[in-house]
Amino acid sequence: MRSRLGLGALSLLLSAFYAADVSAEYGVNMTRGVTDISHSVYDLHMTIFWICVAIGVVVFGVMFYSIFKHRKSKGAVASNFHDNTTVEILWTIVPAIILIVMAIPATTVLIDMYDTSDADVDIKITGYQWKWRYEYLGQDVNFFSSLSTPKDEIYNAAQKNENYLLEVDNALVVPINKKIRFLVTANDVIHSWWVPDFAVKRDAIPGFINESWTRINEPGIYRGQCTELCGKDHGFMPVVVRAVEQAEYDDWIIQKQEQAKAAAALAALTFTLEEQMQRGEEVYLKTCAACHQPNGAGIPPAFPALKGSDIALNDIQKHIEVVVDGIAGSAMQAYGDQLSDVDIAAVVTYERNAWGNDTGENISAADVVDYRNK
Amino acid sequence: MGHQGQNRRTIAKSVIAVVAMFGFGFALVPLYDVFCEVTGLNGKTRGQYSEAEAGKQQVDESRRVRVQFIANNNESMPWEFRPVEFQIKVHPGAMAEVNYYAKNPTSKRMIAQAVPSLSPSEGTGYFHKTECFCFTSQTLEPGEEVLMPLRFVVDQALPDHLSTLTLSYTLFDQTEALLDVETENKNELAVR
Amino acid sequence: MSAVLDNPIHDEHEHHGPPKGIARWLFTTNHKDIGSMYLWFSFAMFLIGGCMALTIRAELFQPGLQLVEPEFFNQMTTMHGLIMVFGAVMPAFVGLANWLIPMMVGAPDMALPRMNNWSFWILPFAFGLLLSTLFMEGGGPNFGWTFYAPLSTTYAPDTVTYFIFGVHMMGISSIMGAINVVATILNMRAPGMTLMKMPLFVWTWLITAFLLIAVMPVLAGVVTMMLMDVHFGTSFFDAAGGGDPVLFQHVFWFFGHPEVYIMILPAFGVVSQIIPTFSRKPLFGYHSMVYAVASIAILSFIVWAHHMFTVGMPLFGELFFMYATMLIAVPTGVKVFNWVTTMFRGSLTFEAPMLFSIAFVILFTIGGFSGLMLAIAPSDFQYHDTYFVVAHFHYVLVPGAIFGIFAAVYYWLPKWCGNMYSETLAKWHFWMSFVGMNLAFFPMHFLGLAGMPRRIPDYALQFADFNSISSVGAFTFGATQLLFLYLVIQAIRSGKPATDQVWEGAEGLEWTIPSPAPYHTFSTPPEIK
Repeated sequence: MRSRLGLGALSLLLSAFYAADVSAEYGVNMTRGVTDISHSVYDLHMTIFWICVAIGVVVFGVMFYSIFKHRKSKGAVASNFHDNTTVEILWTIVPAIILIVMAIPATTVLIDMYDTSDADVDIKITGYQWKWRYEYLGQDVNFFSSLSTPKDEIYNAAQKNENYLLEVDNALVVPINKKIRFLVTANDVIHSWWVPDFAVKRDAIPGFINESWTRINEPGIYRGQCTELCGKDHGFMPVVVRAVEQAEYDDWIIQKQEQAKAAAALAALTFTLEEQMQRGEEVYLKTCAACHQPNGAGIPPAFPALKGSDIALNDIQKHIEVVVDGIAGSAMQAYGDQLSDVDIAAVVTYERNAWGNDTGENISAADVVDYRNK
Repeated sequence: MGHQGQNRRTIAKSVIAVVAMFGFGFALVPLYDVFCEVTGLNGKTRGQYSEAEAGKQQVDESRRVRVQFIANNNESMPWEFRPVEFQIKVHPGAMAEVNYYAKNPTSKRMIAQAVPSLSPSEGTGYFHKTECFCFTSQTLEPGEEVLMPLRFVVDQALPDHLSTLTLSYTLFDQTEALLDVETENKNELAVR
Repeated sequence: MSAVLDNPIHDEHEHHGPPKGIARWLFTTNHKDIGSMYLWFSFAMFLIGGCMALTIRAELFQPGLQLVEPEFFNQMTTMHGLIMVFGAVMPAFVGLANWLIPMMVGAPDMALPRMNNWSFWILPFAFGLLLSTLFMEGGGPNFGWTFYAPLSTTYAPDTVTYFIFGVHMMGISSIMGAINVVATILNMRAPGMTLMKMPLFVWTWLITAFLLIAVMPVLAGVVTMMLMDVHFGTSFFDAAGGGDPVLFQHVFWFFGHPEVYIMILPAFGVVSQIIPTFSRKPLFGYHSMVYAVASIAILSFIVWAHHMFTVGMPLFGELFFMYATMLIAVPTGVKVFNWVTTMFRGSLTFEAPMLFSIAFVILFTIGGFSGLMLAIAPSDFQYHDTYFVVAHFHYVLVPGAIFGIFAAVYYWLPKWCGNMYSETLAKWHFWMSFVGMNLAFFPMHFLGLAGMPRRIPDYALQFADFNSISSVGAFTFGATQLLFLYLVIQAIRSGKPATDQVWEGAEGLEWTIPSPAPYHTFSTPPEIK
């Protein structure tokens, strides 16, 4: 009875290992990915895995042979040997040789991964609590990329969509078949930028720059996540990369550059309170609600309430200052760098008129520009 | 029992070991810095390089190295901060000068410290700065803008496979940490 | 210090039993009493840490946020790790050391009995302080049990100060415990008990104690630096002031990797006692076992940065730490081969201690295999900080350390309390734990490889199935431990009386004394043949 249970357990484990290989499409194994490096990493992973399985079969085989054959209930009599220098030397040397065999391909792949020279595109990636910023160096393109999954889906009030938690508002767009170099850093705490399909994972460390590279073979959308615990919303800062043909990439860059110009032009226009509230709510839900909560109640003491707050009801200048420049030594970042003047004006307007903060005040982009120029 | 003396010796040795290891934990800090300096482990560039040393470098006209400049603001640092040029090409051994632009848009006097980091870290030993705004903290009055110079030379011995060096500066807000010190110093002067 | 050095035997207790009431436990200097207190304390912590694990698994049962908010989830992952490492596993091994080492080396008590009392009684205060932070404003530590700066310094909740003092206190307790073990083993052995005659449990604990003395002060150092950064304006880990957050990771893992072996070496010792007993055959390769443990301990000091392959070390650093880590597989392999060969051509029976030991060897080896895979730096870029790592270290810690402790308790409980436990219930405990544990942790390999990062309160839909299975397994494993509590109490109160030798094949000094072990043993040193 006992032996059958033991056997069952073993076969369960072995079949689980086996399943790991044959059913990669069911998400039980590492992805092969879409770059030469990710293919090498996958092959390395499988090689080491099968070596481990082989060693396991031999060791557990001997063990289970003893468990079945050398049991007292079957009348086994214990022998008394307890040393054998030859065997002991052998099973020290053989594993050492196996390890050397493993180390050779591992070293080759690692050297490839470290060769960041001669890149075609340089992208700076900055980790923020809890979003990513991408800057195309020398191209004047730079934007934030944050989770676009609605709160309702997270809190089970709505059906979860296919890309739940793996979708962003602005994906990183890169050309295929080009060497892309990532320069990774962080704004606050340590983050880690990971796209499994590229086999690229690099820690983003405040004050330091790290680099990595990829060359993508196939167009497509590739998803990853932050992999270093970075605070409350660590689980909610995905990475989405859209790899496209060179021509499409060039168009996209031009379009982005034009958008930046258009945003600047927008700042000169004026909006009604209603328009401001609408734009402000969008910005608020995307940027502010994670901490200050969608209802403005915050999570005191770390994230104070905006609803009924003194600053949101009275001091306009202070309100703009906090949003633009942040509060040193607290979780409140300086958004002057992250949001356009129009968006800042809208979100400040929203915060001064939502949730019963009915001040009726309409802050314009010009007010923000005034503050910045002071 | 005869164990007392032995026990006392064991305790004494263990306590010495414990204290030594506690000290070793702290000794890891300077050791790490030395180790980083030798190996370029964390991409921290070295301190000031003398102009005289820089003058001794042979200019290698046969190749050109791409040097890129990046600017980052750490959290709640509202300054405008960017390199004037994003990248230049230099001959190893030749002096080069670039500028970073900074502006304090706030209504307060602020102090910032720029922290340099070089990638790939292998290149740190070959990047010599003779003048850098990162050597000291920078103070800007409200609305003040400034061009901050950086003079450097890429070592003639730079390995061939390094064709691009990326230098990044991150600006940290040190106003709270340093303003007190500054006022204290002033008070002291006033007393004198 | 001189109080500690007093005569280790209490003369007034020499000829009668312990005093009655609470004072017995508060002021006891008896290694058996202190051992029992350590074991009960660690079991209580195991249940508390377990409840935190179940909170995590309940939230992860389905995608979406149902039960807790991310902020609290992070506190649970952090506290679960801290409680299990410092509150459950380490004190349990110290408890075993207290009970067993004096009996195994033929000593009347631990070398430093008063210090022994202190090192235990610090613990309830340390963990009381740590747990109380959960109820303070701002919540408990939420930066992971590895508390990487600057998340644990500049961005930490105010309670980080209590966390630091808690770590200091448990560090002092561990160091005092380790000094005691070293002094006992080096100075208190019965005449004729040479080092190479010591049971392997004593050997593994001696080496563990040296590791503790070497690295717990480093942990104390790193939290002291944190304290200074948080409160005194230094910048050890703050880039703005010339520090470096990566330095934190180097110093932490310089402590952290030996710490991993601190949690597993005594379990090696336990298994090396039990397998020969139930194989009725001497341990194969005693000498190579000792050398293997010693080399694992030494190697543990030069592999720390394999926890940080993605921080951007230069190529040669990655290669060095990769090779050094792979090297650890050699002595570990030797140990596994020796255990298997000990069983080979023995006369095996499968009582609960043996079942847990066999499961230990198999499952620890699986954890070792995933460890070898993690050592390969290029593949580690894909595994790092995913559930693959979570699966790996739970495979070495749950069926490794925890199963080792269960095996030890079943093996020596009859000696401690004089009664046998119920073998039927123990088998239930084993099989339920075995199935629950594998169900909980095996799917985590798949989750990690498929791309699920660790320490996240919510996940993408493709991870849903394996997370549900894992949660079911975790609750099975958790609930089964109540059965363990029940059967231990049952054995103590009404188990069948045990013989002095207890197990047919058991050898060693502890089996020569009566069951239950008298309050004072080996007041006259035994003769060692």
